[in-house]
Amino acid sequence: MSERIGVYICHCGTNIAGIVNVADVSKWAGERLADKGVVISRDYKFMCSSLGQELIQKDIKEQKLTRVVVAACSPHLHERTFRNACKGAGLNPYLCELVSIREQDSWVHTDKVAATAKAKAIVSGGVARVIHHEALEPLRVPIHPATLVVGGGIAGIQAALEIADAGFRVYLVEREPSIGGHMAQFDKTFPTLDCSACILTPKMVDVGNHPNITLLTWSEVQKVDGYVGNFAVTIKKKPRYIKTEDCTGCGICWEKCPKKVIDNVFEAGMGNRKAVYVPFPQAVPKYPVIDDVNCTYYLKGTCKACEKFCPTNAIDFNQKAEEITVEVGNIILATGYDLFDARRIPQYGYGKLANVYTNLEFERLCNAAGPTGGNIVLRDGKTTPKTVGIVHCVGSRDKNYNAYCSAICCMQSLKFAHLVRERTGAEVYNFYIDIRTPSKGYEEFYQRLLEEGTRFVRGKVAEVTNVARVPEEEGKLIIQVEDTLIGKQRRIPVDMVVLSSGMQARHDSKEVAKLFGISCSADAWYIERHPKLDPVATMTEGVYIAGCAQGPKDIPASVVQGAAAAARILGKIQQKEIALEPVRATINQDQCSGCRICNNLCPFNAILFHEDKMVSEVNPALCQGCGTCVAACPAGAISGTGFSNEQILSQIDGLLLLNISNAAVPIEQ
Amino acid sequence: MKQYAYYPGCSLESLGKSYHVSTLAVASALGVELKEIEDWNCCGATAYFPVDELLAYTLTARNLAKAEKTGLDFVAPCSACYKNAYFTNSYIQKDPDLADHINYALEADNLHIAGTSKVRHLIEVFINDVGFDEIKNKVTNPLKGLRIAPYYGCQILRPRKDHEDVENPQYFEGLLSTLGAEPIDYASKARCCGGSLIITNRKAALDMVRILLQDAINHNADVIATTCPMCDVNLEVYQAQVNREFGTQYAIPVMYFTQLMGLAFGILPGHLGIAKRQVSGASMLALAQNTK
Repeated sequence: MSERIGVYICHCGTNIAGIVNVADVSKWAGERLADKGVVISRDYKFMCSSLGQELIQKDIKEQKLTRVVVAACSPHLHERTFRNACKGAGLNPYLCELVSIREQDSWVHTDKVAATAKAKAIVSGGVARVIHHEALEPLRVPIHPATLVVGGGIAGIQAALEIADAGFRVYLVEREPSIGGHMAQFDKTFPTLDCSACILTPKMVDVGNHPNITLLTWSEVQKVDGYVGNFAVTIKKKPRYIKTEDCTGCGICWEKCPKKVIDNVFEAGMGNRKAVYVPFPQAVPKYPVIDDVNCTYYLKGTCKACEKFCPTNAIDFNQKAEEITVEVGNIILATGYDLFDARRIPQYGYGKLANVYTNLEFERLCNAAGPTGGNIVLRDGKTTPKTVGIVHCVGSRDKNYNAYCSAICCMQSLKFAHLVRERTGAEVYNFYIDIRTPSKGYEEFYQRLLEEGTRFVRGKVAEVTNVARVPEEEGKLIIQVEDTLIGKQRRIPVDMVVLSSGMQARHDSKEVAKLFGISCSADAWYIERHPKLDPVATMTEGVYIAGCAQGPKDIPASVVQGAAAAARILGKIQQKEIALEPVRATINQDQCSGCRICNNLCPFNAILFHEDKMVSEVNPALCQGCGTCVAACPAGAISGTGFSNEQILSQIDGLLLLNISNAAVPIEQ
Repeated sequence: MKQYAYYPGCSLESLGKSYHVSTLAVASALGVELKEIEDWNCCGATAYFPVDELLAYTLTARNLAKAEKTGLDFVAPCSACYKNAYFTNSYIQKDPDLADHINYALEADNLHIAGTSKVRHLIEVFINDVGFDEIKNKVTNPLKGLRIAPYYGCQILRPRKDHEDVENPQYFEGLLSTLGAEPIDYASKARCCGGSLIITNRKAALDMVRILLQDAINHNADVIATTCPMCDVNLEVYQAQVNREFGTQYAIPVMYFTQLMGLAFGILPGHLGIAKRQVSGASMLALAQNTK
């Protein structure tokens, strides 16, 4: 039986109709593609509007259409709209094909004649393809109500609390001994200047006490099996060497521990901790960790001072790493960021010139709970600086390092300038390329700083040096900069330099993304499903992202994303089951040679290998229908619903306008 | 034996004669054959490019075309020659229109250029092609205890060529360590020496030299090592004028890196042009020879 196909060409206002002659395409399809089964061809101003959808539905009923081709925008945008419209009229939604004549045609061409010809080819391809479509039914799978949150910074904390407060189980995994993340290290938060710890620690305590949150600190995810609704996650709990059931967090162990270690994580190298430690006084959980790399007992076999003094016998030097497996329905990755390594810009002197600090070091320096008790002093520990230079955009907005803007550095630098002036009265210079203060209350903060008398020099700093040229520069750090507002080179001697290092994706973000089956951008940030309309979901069903793991952002934005990811997941949990796209690959086991080429290519870890039968199989719940394995299989044993060889080859024939009636009549050029 | 098309450049025939002599001595010790390009001409230096770019490129292209004919890499010991040749060659590769103009002129000399030769600085040939291991094998007289300030200057690095690190390169330090010396770490190693500024603004140029000398001296350098005749002249010959201008008393020896290599290889100072130096390197020489 030949198909009865309806073709619908969208104007998208002038988006498409401004370049493509839509009426001509519609007329052409109706005439030239008639012997392919096109019985009706229309164009309409906005196909996605309810009137446009009703038009299609009316035709399906009246013209008894068995296939629908819509030529409009990218399937990312409206495939679901048109599939639902078809479904509403009683046609299986997978018998509808959306081809893009906007992103792939009108938006990328200026030649109207050629763009119209191309639109015809695209429509022709869609028609040739849709003939081979099959009616498909979505797969329905149950959703496990528990959620895994990876990363205990502010984004992960917010997400965990939202879900737990709604009454569902959350496993919160954090690789450091305490939750809190970068926010716990900061002194004040911009623009309100409230104390970072004061607003964060109540949330940390809530996480620690919440009956619905299982907190797994000093732990890392090892393996992720399963698929949306039914993940099995293996988590490695690193040995704390502390029996947490006995430990009261009294602190005698770290008081008595004789071994001092430079704390490169929480104190950013500015202070010390002991070999048995909690990173900071408000740590959650309160249990310490013994650092077995630096602990004297593990180095020399003796000491055990902590064990001797522990009043509850909670020290266990023989503790081993433990692996646990938890079942969850959804996952949130809130793994945060790393600081750009300022040593990569040697001309700024960090690591060579003592009084050049990074922003994170400076946060610890002015934190009342930090190594100097909040006194802003030079590395000698006593001299108060009289002039301080703050350099913006270190490693950001620089094609040699990271091209992107790190989003927080302007406001953070303004905050530093305020704190320096408030506490030391020093003269402060801010060296900026552009000041970017686009959020609520931020611009007002900038104005306040201008009024406070902070000096602003517009120009990218060329270098920070201690090589003096004139006597006044002796003993100072000299900032060489082109002041672009006056068009002159300047050398400004200061006592202290603070480098506002930008944000970078975690050093291991690519491996973590692979573990969870999601993708990273070129800069290694996790990629969201849609940059505007779906910012916390990923292309992998059931895996969400929040906070700086997705890209540079400040605390309010991280909180928003944590809450948004939680809301998305709560919606899924409430539905109890999820319908999965039936567009997926299947392996013909009789043809499979067991070569396993497809196993490693699958970006979603959806292909498993049966050792006994020596054949591969696609897990239909995990498969996202990308088609990679179909193309790669040397035996041609894999086919995809929605992208069978027949469908693809027919679409190519259609695009090339092969076998089209009167093909000899050329398309009007 | 490794062969190269050697372009000494004008400086090495006069002021930088000792660079030329020591280069040939060291190259031969390392089994490197430097085949001087026949009938070469001036590279245009810094003076010609602002006057007429196309003619300046053509001037350099003539030397490059001669090297290209031999199929050998073009090697220059002078940083300015190297920079001019490097960019002329890469522009010829990237800009067919420029290449056409230049080739039209070169036709008069029966020459043609496609930009296929690689353009190299001498120090980079020694380090990358010969290698530290091979160099170390030739060291019979390690420069033990000698604190050397490696002075890269600017043109060898900038504008950025294919070097990855123009801010804090390390290869010169690596070479000096291989010779048994102690390279010092100082901020000014890649700062400009003033180039030909001495002609137009004497005082500003002398101040630039002063800053470099002072930085090296602040780090207790015994000697400054150079890779370019222009830098060498500025740092060495103008020391007396700097002293007069600023009341300083600098007397720090300045040597070509090839001279230091030669000393480490046990080549006699007379064969390295060391007697031709302005500032006496006697103290340093004594130190080098004591370790024999």
